[in-house]
Amino acid sequence: MLTTEQKPLEQLLEYLDREKSVFLIGCRGCAEGCHTGGEQEVLDMKQRLEEAGKTITGTSLIDFMCNESLVRMTLQAHEDAILSAESLLALCCGIGVQATSSVVDKIVHPGCNTVSMGGRHGEWREGERCMECGDCVLEFTGGICPIARCSKMLLNGPCGGSSDGKCEVSPDVPCAWQLIIERLTKLGRLDKLERIVAPKDWSVSLMSGAASKR
Amino acid sequence: MKSNSKLEKILEGGHFAITGELGPPASANPEVIRKKAKYLRGNVDAVNVTDGQTAVARMASWAACLLGKEEGLEPTVQMTCRDRNRIALQMDVLGIAALGINNLLCLTGDHQVFGNHPTAKGVYDLDSIQLIKMVKDMRDEKKFQCGDDMDVEPRLFIGAAANPFADPFEFRVVRLANKVAAGADFIQTQIIYNVEKFAQWMEAVRDRGLDRKVKILAGVAPIKSVGAARYMQTKVPGMDVPEAVIERLKGVPKEDVPKEGIRQCVDIINQIREIKGVAGIHLMAIEWEEVVPEIVEQAGLLPRPQVYQA
Repeated sequence: MLTTEQKPLEQLLEYLDREKSVFLIGCRGCAEGCHTGGEQEVLDMKQRLEEAGKTITGTSLIDFMCNESLVRMTLQAHEDAILSAESLLALCCGIGVQATSSVVDKIVHPGCNTVSMGGRHGEWREGERCMECGDCVLEFTGGICPIARCSKMLLNGPCGGSSDGKCEVSPDVPCAWQLIIERLTKLGRLDKLERIVAPKDWSVSLMSGAASKR
Repeated sequence: MKSNSKLEKILEGGHFAITGELGPPASANPEVIRKKAKYLRGNVDAVNVTDGQTAVARMASWAACLLGKEEGLEPTVQMTCRDRNRIALQMDVLGIAALGINNLLCLTGDHQVFGNHPTAKGVYDLDSIQLIKMVKDMRDEKKFQCGDDMDVEPRLFIGAAANPFADPFEFRVVRLANKVAAGADFIQTQIIYNVEKFAQWMEAVRDRGLDRKVKILAGVAPIKSVGAARYMQTKVPGMDVPEAVIERLKGVPKEDVPKEGIRQCVDIINQIREIKGVAGIHLMAIEWEEVVPEIVEQAGLLPRPQVYQA
């Protein structure tokens, strides 16, 4: 069970600032269990976003968003609605956001913070995809997690050691920031990196030991 | 002036600046610093003192800076985010300013796996850009990162690094712009052997007008042997050593290679001086400090300008 909390609506509206239309995705796995991304929460979010003046081009609920192939298959059925949306909003854990980003060439906004794995990872086991940092940054990084995938956990990367797409630490480790820049370039959203991301709140992360804010 | 830095005064005075580099020992021996300082004093305007470079435990940068200052150097503390969180970083920033050190270079740091304690926990609470911003806010707003006020601010001249040769190339200038926006006053670049690529990068820097907002010091270093050149070419991430650089060293008898390396370094300095927007050089004669006077002299950069320091 991955424990998630919904991000505050104001933060999500900030993410959606440049966009009018959005496609909503929820997860019937852990997010439903946490009441952060199940059927009811997706409906509630749809209503709240519509009240804020956004158009919801469609919604989808996926059994386990941590299963990349399942995400790909399910979203294929919604191709038109997804194509007509400017972005997607995913109410799920950080793994689900990244699985969605890997199959859709649009910005996928994280709707939740992943605060704990509760002892179990999701289904998509290709490398560490979520570090349960409690303050999801996938919004700024094209749906690729720099906390889980950059050796220095940089929020304003890449460092000077990025070479030929690889991390300075090992030729077997892809440079997460190279991937982030490639993806945002493809989406025409490199502007997301022209601002300075402020120091992170680590007090909500299990990486700081027993979290003080839980 | 933002600080009492000699380097700031020289750069603002429009002089072509030279900074040097000094690596502290992996021991408590102060004589190592004093000896290296002898070669640097009077030949460079300020000296970077590295902070556990290549993630090897060494004498603290601020302590070695204080020893260097006693020897007449204008030291620059290098500060990495690898080993300290934001609390420790701010404590050190206050301490070095109180000791009368005027320059601070903000770095992310070499990853811990490269050093002699590869099992250490990397900190990286902040990255270099966040560190720059934090120090600028301490100096200009008298505020700690948390927002608390302080009464006496650290008046430091803030530096940052840039690597024109790391990937992705197109993004490197965006990153420089972010460092400038965060508050960097001067930039020291990765060692340049590929002058053509550096010139391309400088063109992109000028296109964004960044050379007018920040003082850019181009990194240079003499090569001692063909083996060292080959090592940098193949083993050091983010280094660009063109084959022609190695061929030139191979073209002289083995005993003459160090001399040729020095001549090559002087040639690179001369080429770099022709590039518009370059405010100075950062000369890194790593573990070869004794050749600094010769390089600076051959490059026609002596005597160094004198400025008044309170």
